[in-house]
Amino acid sequence: MPELYHQTIAELSAALEAGSLSSVALTEAVIARTAAVEAKVQAFIHYDAEDALTQARASDERRAAGKALGPLEGIPLGIKDILAVEGQPLRCASKILDNFVSPYDATVIAKLRAAGAVLWGRLNMDEFAMGSSTENSAYVTTANPWDLERIPGGSSGGSAAALAAGEAIATIGTDTGGSIRQPAALCGVVGMKPTYGLVSRYGLVAFASSLDQAGPMSRTVEDAAILLQAMLGKDPLDSTSIAMPEVPDFRAELKTRKGPWKLGVPREFLAEGIDPEVKANIEAAIDWYRQQGSEIVDISLPHTHLSVPVYYIIATAEASSNLARFDGVRYGHRSAEANDALSLFTKSRGEGFGDEVKRRIILGTYVLSSGYYDAYYLRAQKVRTLIRRDFETAFEQVDAILSPTSPTPAFKRGERSDDPLAMYLSDIYTIAVNLAGLPALSLPSGLTSEGLPIGLQVIGKAFGEADLFAVAHAFEQAHDYHRQVAAI
Amino acid sequence: MTDNAHLDIDYVARLARIELNDAEKKKLGGQLVAILEHFEALKGVDVSEVEPTAHAHPVENIWREGDSAGSVYAPETLAKMAPESRDQQVVVPKVVE
Amino acid sequence: MEYDVVIGLEIHVQLKTRTKMFTAAPYHYGAEPNTLTDAVVLGLPGTLPVLNHAAIEACAKLGLMLGCEIAEVCKWDRKNYFYPDSPKNYQLTQNEEPLCLGGRVEIELPGPSRNVQGEHRTVRLNRIHLEEDPGKLSHEAFDTVIDFNRAGVPLAEIVTEPDLHSSEEAVAFLNALIQLIHYAGVSDCDMEKGQLRCDANVSLKPAGSEQLGTRTEMKNLNSISNVRAAIEYEIARQADLLDAGESITQETRRWNAEKGTSSSLRSKEEAHDYRYFPDPDLMPVRLVRARVAEMEAGLPERPFDKQRRFQEELGLPYTITSVLCPDPELSAFFEAALAVHHAPKAIANYIANDLLRELSASAAHGESALSITDCPLTPAHIAELAKLIEAGVITKQIGKEVFAAMYASGELPAAIVEKEGLEQSDNSDEVETLCREAIAGNAKAVAQFKEGNDKALNALKGPVMKATKGQANPATLDAILRKLIESEG
Repeated sequence: MPELYHQTIAELSAALEAGSLSSVALTEAVIARTAAVEAKVQAFIHYDAEDALTQARASDERRAAGKALGPLEGIPLGIKDILAVEGQPLRCASKILDNFVSPYDATVIAKLRAAGAVLWGRLNMDEFAMGSSTENSAYVTTANPWDLERIPGGSSGGSAAALAAGEAIATIGTDTGGSIRQPAALCGVVGMKPTYGLVSRYGLVAFASSLDQAGPMSRTVEDAAILLQAMLGKDPLDSTSIAMPEVPDFRAELKTRKGPWKLGVPREFLAEGIDPEVKANIEAAIDWYRQQGSEIVDISLPHTHLSVPVYYIIATAEASSNLARFDGVRYGHRSAEANDALSLFTKSRGEGFGDEVKRRIILGTYVLSSGYYDAYYLRAQKVRTLIRRDFETAFEQVDAILSPTSPTPAFKRGERSDDPLAMYLSDIYTIAVNLAGLPALSLPSGLTSEGLPIGLQVIGKAFGEADLFAVAHAFEQAHDYHRQVAAI
Repeated sequence: MTDNAHLDIDYVARLARIELNDAEKKKLGGQLVAILEHFEALKGVDVSEVEPTAHAHPVENIWREGDSAGSVYAPETLAKMAPESRDQQVVVPKVVE
Repeated sequence: MEYDVVIGLEIHVQLKTRTKMFTAAPYHYGAEPNTLTDAVVLGLPGTLPVLNHAAIEACAKLGLMLGCEIAEVCKWDRKNYFYPDSPKNYQLTQNEEPLCLGGRVEIELPGPSRNVQGEHRTVRLNRIHLEEDPGKLSHEAFDTVIDFNRAGVPLAEIVTEPDLHSSEEAVAFLNALIQLIHYAGVSDCDMEKGQLRCDANVSLKPAGSEQLGTRTEMKNLNSISNVRAAIEYEIARQADLLDAGESITQETRRWNAEKGTSSSLRSKEEAHDYRYFPDPDLMPVRLVRARVAEMEAGLPERPFDKQRRFQEELGLPYTITSVLCPDPELSAFFEAALAVHHAPKAIANYIANDLLRELSASAAHGESALSITDCPLTPAHIAELAKLIEAGVITKQIGKEVFAAMYASGELPAAIVEKEGLEQSDNSDEVETLCREAIAGNAKAVAQFKEGNDKALNALKGPVMKATKGQANPATLDAILRKLIESEG
C-alpha cells in the first residue's frame, strides 16, 4: 500500500469507515508530509495545522456518534486560495487582498463542510487565476513535484502540486480556461471541470464570470466523481447555477457505464504546435480506446483555432470589471500614498496588482472602451457562438471527445514569463471547452522520456458528467499511470 | 478591425484606475500591441447572422421570491476589514467631485 | 433674443421593497451607519447578485401606471466607473434592454389662479429601467466617510423625452409623477430622504428654430424648489451666454442650493467611458404577458382621471377635487365614505375643509399636517354625519359641533347626537305652541308678512329657535308659522 497521504479518497474512506483509521491520524499524516516537502514544493500560501486537527477531531466524534456524513467524512481537502472559507485568509495570491479574511463560506465550501471534509490550507495559484504556470503568485513560487525546476501549470498549480506531493488527499481548483486540467496534466493527477452552472460560483472570486467553474482535483477518476457529487447543485445565491434534471450517482455509474463509445478526435488538435512526445502519447491512448471496441470518429471543430483571441477578449473584459472592486476602500490593500479619491484607486491598485493582472485588466478595459466594444467584445461573443455550435455538431456524432490537455509537458520556470502570448497559446486545447460551457477532465496518460506527466483530456456533453467519468475511468483502470508517484 | 496605434495606454490605465510607471507602460504597451495583432484573426469571420453568447446555458427568470429580509453583518465586520474606519463608517481621503 | 427652452428630466426613484435589489439585506431609511449590509452589499470577493422579484414587479407596476410598454424581455448590464460609494465599482443597470419602454404622463400647468383649473398636456417618457443605488458619502472636515446602508436599494430611473419647456412645466411634471407613484404605491418619493432625485438636461435654441442647442446636465436637484430654481438659473445663464455671442459648453453642472448658483462638474471631454457590457451573473427576465395583463387590470385609477370623474359625475368643483385627488389616501377615504352614504358634495366638503383643517391643527407645532392615515375618524364617521344632516336629524349648525366632538373622541356621530341630545326637535306640538306665542307677541311682523314681506317671518322664527336651543327643524318651523298665520285669516 502507498503511504496514507498518497492514497485515494475511496481507499481512505473505507479505512475510516472500518475503524482502522481516524481522521486525526490521517490529517496528522498529511500535516507531517506537508512539513517534510513543503519547503521544496511550496504549494500552500497558508495553512493552519491546529484548525485542520480541530476539524478532524470533530469528524471522528461524528463518526463515533454514528453520524458520519459520507465518503468525504474526515478527508483532508486542500482549497485553492480563490474560494471563500469563513475565518480563513482569502487572497487569490494577490497583494491587494493581503490581510483579508473571509467572513463567509463559498457555497461549494459549505457543501464540502456538510459532507464532513476537513478543509486544509490555502493553495497557491496564479494571482486571481490569471496564468498557466503559478508563477504569477505574489506569495510563493510552486514547484512541480516531478521536477522542481519546472512549473506545476496553472492557475491551480498549488492544488495540483500539493496533490502530487501528498500534501492533501484531494484538492479543489477552479478552471476558467484550463486552470484545473492543465496543472492536473502537468502534475500527473486527475482534474475535472464541470459543465458551466453545475457547481455554484458563489464565493469563487470571479475572474471571468461566464467561464469560471470550480472542480475537483484528485488521484483517480472515482475520487473526482465522489467530490463532484458533493459539490454540485443549484444555488439560490448563484443565478447562473443550473439544476441537473436527474443527478446520477457518478461513483456507481462508473462501474455500469462500460462502453464501447463513439469517441471524437478533432483533427485540428493534433496538427501543429504540439510536442511530438505528447502527440505520440495521445495517439496511443486513442488506439487503446479503439482496441477496446470504441469507434474513433475523425471530427472537425473549425472555429476552435479562434478560441485564444475569443477567450482573451471575453475573459479580460469580464475580469477588468470583476476586479474593479479591489480598490482599497472597504478591504484589502490601501496605498500609504493615497491622498485623494483618484490616487486612492490608482496607487492602491498599481501597488496591489501584479504584472499579469495589470496586463489583463488593461487589455479588458481597452476592448470594452468607447468605440471598440463592437469590434472586440461583441464580435468575440458571436464567434463564441460558432465555437459552441462546433461542439454541438460534433456531439451529434460522438459521446465524448479526446485530445491532449496541454500541447507540451511542464516547462521550466521563467521560460515563458516574458512572453504572455506564448503563455496564452499553451491553453489552446482547454479554453474552447470553457467557451462552450462543457465538462472536461484531464487524466494521467503516461510520462515523457524525461519523466514528466502527460494528460489526456476527455470532453463531454453538457451535463454529461456520468459518461465523461466512465470514459476516463475505463482508461485509468486499464493502466497504472495514476499509481505513479513523483519522487521528491 | 481597429487601428492598434490608437491604444492610448495612459487613457486606458486611467480608466482602469491603475497607476503604471514609465517602464511598465512601455513594456505593457508593446505586449498589448502583439496580443491585439493576434486578435485580428477574428476579423475574417462572418458573424453577420450570429447571435452573441452571453451565457453558455441560458435560462430566464432566475430571481428571489418573497422579499423577506435575510441576515445582515454587524457594522464591526466592515469596520474591521476596512483599511481605515471611524464610528462604524469607512474613511477615505476627502472626496471632492 | 427670444429662445425656446428644451428640458428633459431623469428621475431616480427608490422602490419601496423590504429588501435590496440584488440581495436579501433589508433597507429602511434612517438606520445606524453600515447596519444594513451583507457580503453582497459590500461587494466582497466572490459574491454574486440575485434579482429581487418584488423590485421587478414594482417597476413593472410603475411602468404600467406611467403608460409604458412592458418589454417582453429585459436584461442587465454593467456600468463601469470608479467611485468610493460604489462597492463593486460598477453599477448593475439596464442599458440595452430596459424593463419599461415609452410612456406618457399627463400634467396640469398652473391656472390663472389657484382656484381655476390649468391647461393639461402630455409629457412623453423615453424609458424606465431598474438599477441599484450606491452608498452614501458624508464629507467631513479632513476626509470623507461612507455608509453602505443605501447601497443596493432598487432604483427606477425614469427618463423623459425633451418635452418640457419651462421650470413651471418641469415642476408640474414632477408633481404629476409623484402623484402617480403614490397611487401606484411603489415609492414614498420623499425627496428629503433621497427617495426621489432629479437631474435636468437644459438647452436653448433661437425661438422657432428646429436645430437643438447644446445641452447641460444639472445634477443634485433634491427638492421641487431646487428643480425650479436650478432650471431658471440655467435658462438665464445660457441666454446670457448666447446673447453675448458665446457658445454653450456641453457639461455636467452641480446645483448649489445655498448659493442659488450652479458650477461645472465636468465637461464632455472628461465624460465617463462607462464600458457597458451584459452582466454575466444575471439572467434575462421574460415578463409573462398574462402577469402584465393582470397587473394592468389591477392598476388604480390615475389621479387626473379620478378628478375628471369627480367633477363630471359627482359635480364636485375644481377647488375640492384639486384637494382630494392628488392624495391617494384622501381620495380613497372620500370614496369609502361615499360607499357608506352617497352624499358627494357634503362628504367632499367635510373632508376637504373640516377634516383637513383639524388634521393640520392637531399636528405638533412646526410639523406638517397629519396624514389621513393618522386620522381619528373613519370614512363611516363622515358619511354618517352627512346622512344625519341630510335626513334632518341635526342641522348643519349642530353638525359642526358633532364634527368637533367626534374628531376629539372618535365616537360615531349618532352616538354623540344621542348622548348630547342634539336631535332636531320633531315635537311639532311644542314648536306649534311656541309659534302661537311668537305670533301673539309680534303683531308687527305678522302684519308685514301678510303684506307680502316673506322675510318678516324670520323675526318670528328667532324666538322659537332660541327657546328650542336650535333643535327645531327649520322646515317644520317654517311650515307651522305659515299655516298658523294663514289660518288666522
